[in-house]
Amino acid sequence: MSDSKGIEVRAKMSGIFYRKPAPEEPSYVEVGTVVKKKQIIALLETMKVFQKVKSPADGKIVEILVENETPVKDDELMFIIEKG
Amino acid sequence: MFSKILVANRGEIALRVIRACKDLCIKSVAVYSEADENSLHVKLADEQVCIGPAISTKSYLNIQNIIKAAKETDADAIHPGYGYLAEKEEFAVECEKNGIVFIGPTPENLNLAGDKIVAKKIMMEAGIPVIPASPGSVETIHDAKKICHEMGYPVMVKASGGGGGRGIKICKNEEELIEDFPMAKIEGRTAFGNDEVYIEKFIREPRHIEFQILADKFGNIAHLGERECTIQRRYQKLIEEAPSPALTQELRNEMGEAAVKAVKAVDYVNAGTVEFLLDKHGKFYFMEVNSRIQVEHPVTELTTGIDLITEQIRLAAGEKLGYSFNDLSIRGWAIECRINAEDPERNFLPSPGTIERYHAPAGFGVRLDTHLYQGYELPIYYDSLIAKLISFNLSRKGAIRVMKRALEEFKVEPLKTTIPLYLKVMDDPDFKDGKFDTGYIEKFLPDEEEGDDDDCE
Repeated sequence: MSDSKGIEVRAKMSGIFYRKPAPEEPSYVEVGTVVKKKQIIALLETMKVFQKVKSPADGKIVEILVENETPVKDDELMFIIEKG
Repeated sequence: MFSKILVANRGEIALRVIRACKDLCIKSVAVYSEADENSLHVKLADEQVCIGPAISTKSYLNIQNIIKAAKETDADAIHPGYGYLAEKEEFAVECEKNGIVFIGPTPENLNLAGDKIVAKKIMMEAGIPVIPASPGSVETIHDAKKICHEMGYPVMVKASGGGGGRGIKICKNEEELIEDFPMAKIEGRTAFGNDEVYIEKFIREPRHIEFQILADKFGNIAHLGERECTIQRRYQKLIEEAPSPALTQELRNEMGEAAVKAVKAVDYVNAGTVEFLLDKHGKFYFMEVNSRIQVEHPVTELTTGIDLITEQIRLAAGEKLGYSFNDLSIRGWAIECRINAEDPERNFLPSPGTIERYHAPAGFGVRLDTHLYQGYELPIYYDSLIAKLISFNLSRKGAIRVMKRALEEFKVEPLKTTIPLYLKVMDDPDFKDGKFDTGYIEKFLPDEEEGDDDDCE
């Protein structure tokens, strides 16, 4: 978690990764989006329960490693955020 | 009778139906998604058809693929289980069009059961007590205020298309109504594609009592006694039992007659459930007809000795019911705990994973309906019900003792489950005395905190 590498956001459990609140709506964030701490950046659906994925810090999204509506494993890396 | 039945479901209920087919010497076809290849229902059925990818909308909710599977395998009937397509009128119609028998009520029954406003009107006309409510959908906040003023707070604003506890807002006063009424309309539109809402009086400290019904195509109807389903969390049932500790024989007869009258009023066929709210003073109100087999059907099976799934199949095949409530010899007490892969200590967060150590409870008075086995990996795509543990004994006290023993024996490691919560309930003096209402479970739960991982349902 060194500053040069950025902050990692990992999945708290396995689930389906959603970049948008609904299929017809825009994504929460894109690469380059400036985010605030606790801002929702994605959703994770596990066994019909949705959990919010929130940014752990103020910063900028530098990488999104998972495609929309695909499964992620427990602890899988989803985002890298550059601390702002 | 049918020669082959396709089971349009997964998990424990698919197994339950396949087993009933075996008892009736009927061949069974399992359908499965790509995520369920290693599921027990697939292994146990006589034939198997993959109907699509993991996401339910593309597999277990995919009407065309399921009908195609039925035709390819020459199935002459489809059992829908519960959830998924069980109450979809469109699915029942498609079955009919393709010459396949839908094991369940008629499309008209399904349509009516889904429309709570019309269903209630019919019940009122039939003389069945209903909860005071708006005469139809409420369009404006002005009308809402007037209606609520007349019936008195607290009130519930309910989305017409909602169900299973979704789309309900409770308002204690006019201020809350002003805030929640427009929200209910917006949520109804986005969640159920229907912004109609209605308002009804909120009954404090109610019990949820439902009656199992069986009806044949010749107008014969029987109720099979009640189920006590009061213990819930966010309107999801957790523990059910039969009979209810809250009913006298007199009240049972009265409510049972009302339940029969209710399904008669809508020309209902096959298995169904009439749900009532019962208040502290023994007054009961019709809530809705559930037009499917229910998760908690085993408690009725244990106290009546009647296999409800084989009855569904028999009635769908056009056989006569052949008995009424008074012909049954109801005895003993049955309790069901819904074991979910959820952590009751952490706001019921789901707990997916692979089962590394599995031990199923057994012994006198224990029934376990589950699709689990050692090494099974729980798919992330489907709901968290992993088992239904049911205990039976001649007395309620005995059934509680058996349940406690079975819960202690049940091992599903390393998953977090609701087993520890149910162990606390079985030891609770109020539960033992049969004293509870729909808010009962709260006292066992840690205060919900505003964490980073709060679910957004």
